[in-house]
Amino acid sequence: MSWLTKSLNSSLGKKLLMAITGLFLISFLLVHCSLNALIFLNDGGVAFNEGAEFMAHNPVIRTMEIVLFAGLLLHIVDGLRLWFENKSKRPVAYAKVDGAANSKWYSRSMGLLGTLLLLFLILHLKHFWYFSRLTDGLEDHTLFAEMQAVFMNPVVVVVYVLGCISLGYHLLHGFQSAFQSIGWNHPKYSPTIKTIGAIFSIVIPAAFAAMPIAFYFHLIH
Amino acid sequence: MEGNLNLTLKIWRQKNASVAGKFETYQVSGISTDMSFLEMIDVLNNRLIEEGDDPVAFDHDCREGICGMCSMYINGRPHGPNRGVTTCQLHMRSFQDGETITVEPWRASAFPVIKDLVVNRSAFDRIIAAGGFVSINTGNAQDANSLPIPKEDADDAFAAAACIGCGACVAACKNASAMLFTSAKISQLALLPQGKVEASKRAEAMVAQMDEEGFGACSNTGACEAECPKGISLENIARMNREYFSATFSSK
Repeated sequence: MSWLTKSLNSSLGKKLLMAITGLFLISFLLVHCSLNALIFLNDGGVAFNEGAEFMAHNPVIRTMEIVLFAGLLLHIVDGLRLWFENKSKRPVAYAKVDGAANSKWYSRSMGLLGTLLLLFLILHLKHFWYFSRLTDGLEDHTLFAEMQAVFMNPVVVVVYVLGCISLGYHLLHGFQSAFQSIGWNHPKYSPTIKTIGAIFSIVIPAAFAAMPIAFYFHLIH
Repeated sequence: MEGNLNLTLKIWRQKNASVAGKFETYQVSGISTDMSFLEMIDVLNNRLIEEGDDPVAFDHDCREGICGMCSMYINGRPHGPNRGVTTCQLHMRSFQDGETITVEPWRASAFPVIKDLVVNRSAFDRIIAAGGFVSINTGNAQDANSLPIPKEDADDAFAAAACIGCGACVAACKNASAMLFTSAKISQLALLPQGKVEASKRAEAMVAQMDEEGFGACSNTGACEAECPKGISLENIARMNREYFSATFSSK
């Protein structure tokens, strides 16, 4: 299997790993966002809590949770590795760079956006994953009630919205970039991939951002 | 003369690869807007030589946009502000009177500075030497119409072969990645039946050499494609990815 590790450790292989884990994380975002969007039914969190209950006890989902953490960790470690390696390839920096002339700022800032996302994620996991999985807080009140409580803090709401903006830009480049890294660049599919990627990068983070905002302004009871 | 330019040039001066360089500022006046950027540097160099100073070293050869020698990073972009041109095809009409122009060499650890604006791009040669050729016996030249090559494939191969190896892709890339160059050199052969025979061996060897030379990975920013004087497409990088990963699983 040395041929496989050799390939995955090449500059192309590291990008393939970023792409595959990235697409996997995108599929997670879709599930996460769809389930959370149940709060917008405004039924006092009944449907949402049922969904959360299902996710917490279904063995397939619990197994996928481990795969998800592994995928996330791979994405982070591989991303940081690429970031440091790539930085070392230009030891003397240019005095003047006109990056805007040839590329989008967010495509050049995936490491920065990813780091912001990681910081947000640590806070987010502490808020909800730690609460629901590692404490017995759920015996006290529901996940929906916890969301209501957490999002009463305006600082938290602002941090979540900023996290969603970072996510949006990260996806705007990452979604279509993943297909390129896999080698899927084709005149028949690429325009569609780019369009779906742009829609996904706007709709999903916007829906996520709407959640803390809606709780904070008591639009959801 | 009316309409001629007076410019301030901030040019990178570096004696050789082992000493640190720095910017020197020069004034040039009466520059015709019809001059190419290299001719403008020639004017400066003539003066420097007359004054007994060391002229600015820069690479140039054909001065008609096809050799890929004139590697200058001008005002933050490879080959200056215009798209689809090399420095020799950049004319002074693209600049304003009184402008300050910053000129730097390509900056990449794989392209060490030889002197001033001249960098050593032999890393590209070694990538080609690793597999950018056809070594099978392809027989005598055939009748053109008997070649089993669809026009579209021939066009794509030719478009990839338009790469002049100037290194603007590496210079433009935030990671100093050579993927646009390497992918063009892989594609021009992988698309044709004569090149397909050795395709997987070639992809593995050329990518390995590219990494060995110390070029970065691809972030898919598209800066290379935008700055390429020959308009080499990012589709080539996707093709290289396909060639490389299929070689991973199929090569013997």
